[in-house]
Amino acid sequence: MSPHLFDIAHMLAGGLVLLSLAMLYQDRMFGLLNVFALHAIVLSASVAWQGHIQGAPHLYITAIIALVLKAIIIPLALRRIVVRLGIHRTIETVVGVGPTMLAGMGLVALSMVVMLRATQTADPLAREDLAFALSVVLLGLLMMVTRRNAVSQIIGFMSLENGLILAATGAKGMPLVVEISIAFSVLVAFIVIGVFLFRIRERFDSVDVSALDAFRGERR
Amino acid sequence: MTLSALNVPIDALTAVLLIPAAAALLLALLPGYWLSARLNVLASLATFLASLSLFYERPAPTPYLFVDDLNIVFIVLSTFVAFTTSAFSASYIGHEIETGRLTPRYLRFYHAMYQTLMFAMNLGLTANNIGLMWVAVELATLTTVLMVGIYRTHEALEAAWKYFILGSVGIALALFGTILVYMAARPVLGEGQDAMVWTALIAKAGGFAPELLNVAFVFLMLGYGTKVGLAPLHAWLPDAHAEGPTPISAVLSGLLLNVALYALLRFKMLLAANPNAIAPGPLMVTMGLVSLIFAGFMLYRRRDIKRMFAYSSIEHMGLIAFAFGMGGPLANFAGLLHMTLHSLTKSAIFFAVGHIAQVKGTQRIAEIRGLTESHPLLGWGLVIGVVAIAGLPPLGLFMSEFLIVSSTFARAPLLALLVVLGLLIAFGALMLRLSELAFGKPTGSTAPVEASYIPLYAHLALVACAGIYLPGPLVAWFQAVARLLG
Repeated sequence: MSPHLFDIAHMLAGGLVLLSLAMLYQDRMFGLLNVFALHAIVLSASVAWQGHIQGAPHLYITAIIALVLKAIIIPLALRRIVVRLGIHRTIETVVGVGPTMLAGMGLVALSMVVMLRATQTADPLAREDLAFALSVVLLGLLMMVTRRNAVSQIIGFMSLENGLILAATGAKGMPLVVEISIAFSVLVAFIVIGVFLFRIRERFDSVDVSALDAFRGERR
Repeated sequence: MTLSALNVPIDALTAVLLIPAAAALLLALLPGYWLSARLNVLASLATFLASLSLFYERPAPTPYLFVDDLNIVFIVLSTFVAFTTSAFSASYIGHEIETGRLTPRYLRFYHAMYQTLMFAMNLGLTANNIGLMWVAVELATLTTVLMVGIYRTHEALEAAWKYFILGSVGIALALFGTILVYMAARPVLGEGQDAMVWTALIAKAGGFAPELLNVAFVFLMLGYGTKVGLAPLHAWLPDAHAEGPTPISAVLSGLLLNVALYALLRFKMLLAANPNAIAPGPLMVTMGLVSLIFAGFMLYRRRDIKRMFAYSSIEHMGLIAFAFGMGGPLANFAGLLHMTLHSLTKSAIFFAVGHIAQVKGTQRIAEIRGLTESHPLLGWGLVIGVVAIAGLPPLGLFMSEFLIVSSTFARAPLLALLVVLGLLIAFGALMLRLSELAFGKPTGSTAPVEASYIPLYAHLALVACAGIYLPGPLVAWFQAVARLLG
């Protein structure tokens, strides 16, 4: 493989990790949505590039699904929800930005250490891809943990799924069944979440998950 | 290989998948709930019969589906409990319609989802492709999320939301693990389809890169472990059980937890087949023990009857994971037996609890007293069920628990002590609550109840039988499966 092919794949995957970190410190809903859309665009480029260097045209389908659904439709829909619910001002976080970023960097380091050690026999591109993918997955989890607001939790979950798609396309020759199913499941997941969000809004006038938490546990 | 997959004849295996799928479509279109409830029972019965015929005529494995000694146990158990639960559900929903908690429109949705869930679970159990298995478990999760939230109350929506978020994170981690297994298999089996086919994977597992398999198993354990309800990833389980319709609580406890456990067992076998990979057992033993003891203590603080039995499910899934983690023919045998009997007993308990909550109009333990006096058949059914689940002789669960403890005692006496401790803690809590629920002066409504006693007592009779006499062929079968599990 010529070095620049590798470098571009490397750069795109690294870009995803960078954008995941950028999502962690967004304190406005619209800012977060924009970064997420960019995340999806970079993912789509990365998947398309993998399709190019692996000579696997079916990956272009995955790239197009990621681009259309995650970079355009979902951010637009979420923007409407945010406006309708009037929660575009700020995002309430559980932990401050500083500690969250430190934890994020720790997670990236952790995934590098774990994955690079575990994949010594695999080819170099797949190795780096998996390490980056694990970082994106863990950063997505971190975001879900540190945000109280339901919409930003959804975005955290979808960035986590982006990491999974990065891993699946990095694994050369992985059957298409799985890739389409991932994209499909995101769609289903989104519909489900959307339904829930509207119901939650109707019932509680809040999408703040901590408002729900007040009812957790036993009914007394 | 691909050709044989494309040209699938209608055999028993196809029927097990096709009947629920077709029934789900039909039920989504039918308006009347009376007819739908009966069709639901009929479809579940047909699926159960089709699964029984798998014993006689086992189709050859394709790259997508297969049946072997291990999964046939799960399939038959799950289609049987699905059938009895559908019968219970038919009488349960009649009451829900009367009290107006559910409208006919929601019931149409409910029945369609019930069959979709059956389809997803059967697909997960028969999948030969680890990617397909993942898709099926995800589908099952999404269906149950929708069912848990069906009452649209504050608590139901919260429970569904929590279940959805935790379930999706679990499922996402499991997918990452699945991808890593593919990465480990690719150098040996080549690119594409084959490296995700279970039968091909297990045959060549010895040659996989052990480091990758190790990392993969950690993700799979966390991912599918969330769905099994192992502590500390269990947080979704009590809420989901307590707030959804009771037939769904029965299906969750009796079936869905088993499906996730089955997925975990498959990957455990994969690791066990690789001599250089870490032993998967200790991880399962630790999580199982933690769940067992933690759930035992949590049982004391329950005020809601359905939440209490949900914690009891965590306890038993912990015990089963512990048994499979210990491994060896005896512990695996005990684990399989315990899993089967737990499914039967716990769903029977939920059948009783469903009718009790309906007639008393509450799920609070403090407001339910003297059931054996006010509703003898239901009350005694609950007593037998709880006595069984607490592990008292002569019922079946005593035997499986005894086997688990004794097989552990021979190899790791300290661990056996911990198991006994966990069981005793749970036993105390269950007996305490049972005496409050079943005996004393009745409170609340003493109106007669139109309950379906047949599924309840059929399950209890099976459990009681298993405690006294296990048929020879069944024992031989379970022993063969236990050896397969390693």
